[in-house]
Formats: sequence, C-alpha cells, structure tokens
Amino acid sequence: MTMLLLALTITASQILLGLAMGCAVFRMLRGPRAQDRILGLDALYLTAMLLLVTYGIQTGRTLYFEAALVIGLLGFTGTVALGRFLMRGEVIE
Amino acid sequence: MIQAPDLPTWAAIVVGLLVFGGAAITLLGAAGLLRLHSFYERVHAPTLGATSGMAAILAGSALCFSVLQTRPVIHEILIALFVTLTTPVTLMLLARAAIYRDRSEANAGVPPDPESGDSQPER
Repeated sequence: MTMLLLALTITASQILLGLAMGCAVFRMLRGPRAQDRILGLDALYLTAMLLLVTYGIQTGRTLYFEAALVIGLLGFTGTVALGRFLMRGEVIE
Repeated sequence: MIQAPDLPTWAAIVVGLLVFGGAAITLLGAAGLLRLHSFYERVHAPTLGATSGMAAILAGSALCFSVLQTRPVIHEILIALFVTLTTPVTLMLLARAAIYRDRSEANAGVPPDPESGDSQPER
C-alpha cells in the first residue's frame, strides 16, 4: 500500500516536471529575443536534471544520477558560452 | 512505469512529500517563465526550481538512499554543490548580456544603471 502510494506520488511528480519542461520549451521556441531562448534552455536542462533524479529514485540505479551530474556540469558550460556570445559576439577570444 | 523503492512507511511519506513538493515548486517557477511579461521579470522565475525545487528533490533522494543503504549519497551532494555554485553565475551573465544588448539598441524597459547615480536609464 505504502509502495503503491509512493509510486503514484513519484509518477505525479514526474508529470509535473514534464509540464515544467513544456513551459521551458515554449519559452525557448517562442521567446521574443535570444536571451529569452537561452533562459528557456537553462530552465529546460535544470528540469531535465531533476526529472532524471526522480527516475533514479524510482529505479534505484546509479546510472541516472551520473547522467544528472553530467547534465549539471555541461548545461552550465553551455549557458555561459551562449551568454558570452550574446555579450561579445564570440565565445573564445 | 509504476515502480517505487521498498521503504519503511515514515521514510516513504517524507520522500514522497519532498519529491512532490520539489516538483510542484519547479512547475511554479516554469509557469512564471511562461506568464511574466518582460525578460527582467522572467529571469527570476526559473531560480525557484534551481534552489528550492532542486534542494527538495535531492533531499528526498538522499533520504531514500540513506534509508535503503544501497549506495553513498555523494552524487546528490555534488549535484547540489554544482547547481548552487553555477546558477547565479549563469543568470548574472545572461542578465548582463541582456542589459548590454538593450542599452546598445536603446530599447524601452531597461533597468536603470545604479553606478551612474540617476534613476533614468541611459539614452
């Protein structure tokens, strides 16, 4: 009984996180200017990382947590590179 | 994909509350991304998911695997550390770039420059 309730709660949280990713994708595709799109991308990868963590709780596999760690590292690099591109017009000087 | 770890009742309740609460807070932040009107308002919204939502979900995960004792919780600590360190840096950089673009194009609705002293935006 407890397991079923916990499973339903985790699935509901995954649905909520999926809706949050949908909002971020909308802002990434529609956002009036480039900075809005980058902000949407940033929110998208953060939410995807949280979704992977909930999958890790559900299945108990370490693989999901390592994927979340890699997303956390590489997403930061991506957003910083795009922000620098907006500021200077080039990524590496 | 209905599946859950085999936890005792108290841990299951706490983990469920933490994970669901974190997901709900993240969805609130993303809804703010959808609904707010200018970029300078929107840049605040996803930080709700990056701080409270991230902390709640990772705390639930750390508690779950501490009770199960199947693996050390080092991944959660590292993820929390990275996200807490990098989110302010990225969003400050992005907001600076947006201010630079808006000022160079003389758009309306740019925040005033606190270093110049006056309350009117430049140009």
